[in-house]
Amino acid sequence: MAEYKLKTPLTDEDIIQLKAGDKVYLSGVLYTARDAAHMRMVKALDEGKELPFDIKGQVIYYVGPSPARPGKPIGSAGPTTSYRMNPFAPRLISLGQKGMIGKGKMSDEVKQACIKYKACYFVSIGGAAAVVGSAVKEAEIIAYPELGPEAVRRLVVEGMPLFVCYDAHGNDLYETAKKEWANKYSLG
Amino acid sequence: MAEVRSVSVKDIEEAVYKLALEAAYHIPEDVLEAEKKAYEKEKSPVAKQVLETIFQNIEVSSKEEFPLCQDTGLAVIFLEVGQDVHFTDGYVVDAINKGVERAYKDGYLRKSTCHPLTRENYGNNLPTVVHTFVVPGNKVKIIFDAKGGGSESMSKVQMLKPADGRDGIIQTVVDWVIQAGPNPCPPVIVGVGIGGDFERAAVMAKHATLRHVGKPSDDPVLAEMEQEILEKVNNSGIGPAGLGGLTTCLGVHIEMEPCHIATLPLGINIACHVNRHKEIEL
Repeated sequence: MAEYKLKTPLTDEDIIQLKAGDKVYLSGVLYTARDAAHMRMVKALDEGKELPFDIKGQVIYYVGPSPARPGKPIGSAGPTTSYRMNPFAPRLISLGQKGMIGKGKMSDEVKQACIKYKACYFVSIGGAAAVVGSAVKEAEIIAYPELGPEAVRRLVVEGMPLFVCYDAHGNDLYETAKKEWANKYSLG
Repeated sequence: MAEVRSVSVKDIEEAVYKLALEAAYHIPEDVLEAEKKAYEKEKSPVAKQVLETIFQNIEVSSKEEFPLCQDTGLAVIFLEVGQDVHFTDGYVVDAINKGVERAYKDGYLRKSTCHPLTRENYGNNLPTVVHTFVVPGNKVKIIFDAKGGGSESMSKVQMLKPADGRDGIIQTVVDWVIQAGPNPCPPVIVGVGIGGDFERAAVMAKHATLRHVGKPSDDPVLAEMEQEILEKVNNSGIGPAGLGGLTTCLGVHIEMEPCHIATLPLGINIACHVNRHKEIEL
């Protein structure tokens, strides 16, 4: 289990070195989007319009933050459940998205897209939102403000701790970790 | 019969306001205790790291009044009203909604209610889901539960066959929680409702998540089932945040009621590791 410090935008080389279970401290610009924003982005693509940001090399954080207190860039901001983005993620990955941050399982189609286009699914700790959110240094709504917590935000993060869950080689941290620790509770 | 007592709904509004804020920032003591115990028992280094982050989060939230989780939940209230209570100064459900709306605004909590089809966010976290129970006496008990969407989405009601019995119930719960895996933010607390009818099973399951974590059922048969489910789920290896380990579940709580001879309703409601709830008696 290696540790890496990476900065967005991510390259193929950044991604290829990562293995499921590695820890990554991510810095740079991230974009936030949840179901409602993904639906709009895919609709925009269907209509031949542009996405609200250049997706090449970018990482999308699946988060709907709580409102910021005065003087803070953001409120609590932990990952939301990722499977809701299953219908959209492969298409965005094929356009150059290099990573997603969320929690919970995603589909086989997402895994296959990670292998085919060299992308990576990162997870962080759901519920630990005050701590995870403290990595966010700047936040600004750049699209769909009417979606409230689900609007697309441009975040600047510093050293956001993440685990590599699906790597570009077809490994799945949830599956390997579960297998490793199964049937040990009674021994513990 | 207790003496009839007047309770102003303004006091209900104020109580709900305070409970909502407290639930958002401060984890229930029993949940933290259960997590600390699990930490001592945990053998996976990654799981220990995850639990440490969870403890750190609890500290930061409490100190800086940052919500424990960005999903500050749908506001769910179990309202136990003594039959000798007379509410004054307005309608009690309006007062509850006012308390919730004010807390979510003043406390910088996320407003998460939306139109189910258009998905338009109402911006006030209303309406509150209120389950009302009339009980003896002249007191009012308010149990506030901030229920997040991630764990709630991993819940279900299943109408089993009567012949499925005890073992069928255990198997269904264990399979379901293991299948949910990392999605509901483990370590989880599993609420199970057995019997009643379709909707009673669900209400019991959610109510059961609010019991003191790990306190066994008073019914020895149910207590044994709780223990069996707990061990089987923890043997799955899913672990905290799904990253592997011995701590997938902190407690299984079962509630049971009689059912129709032709049915065996089963409700499963999962609470995440922050399991935010607070209560007060007026």
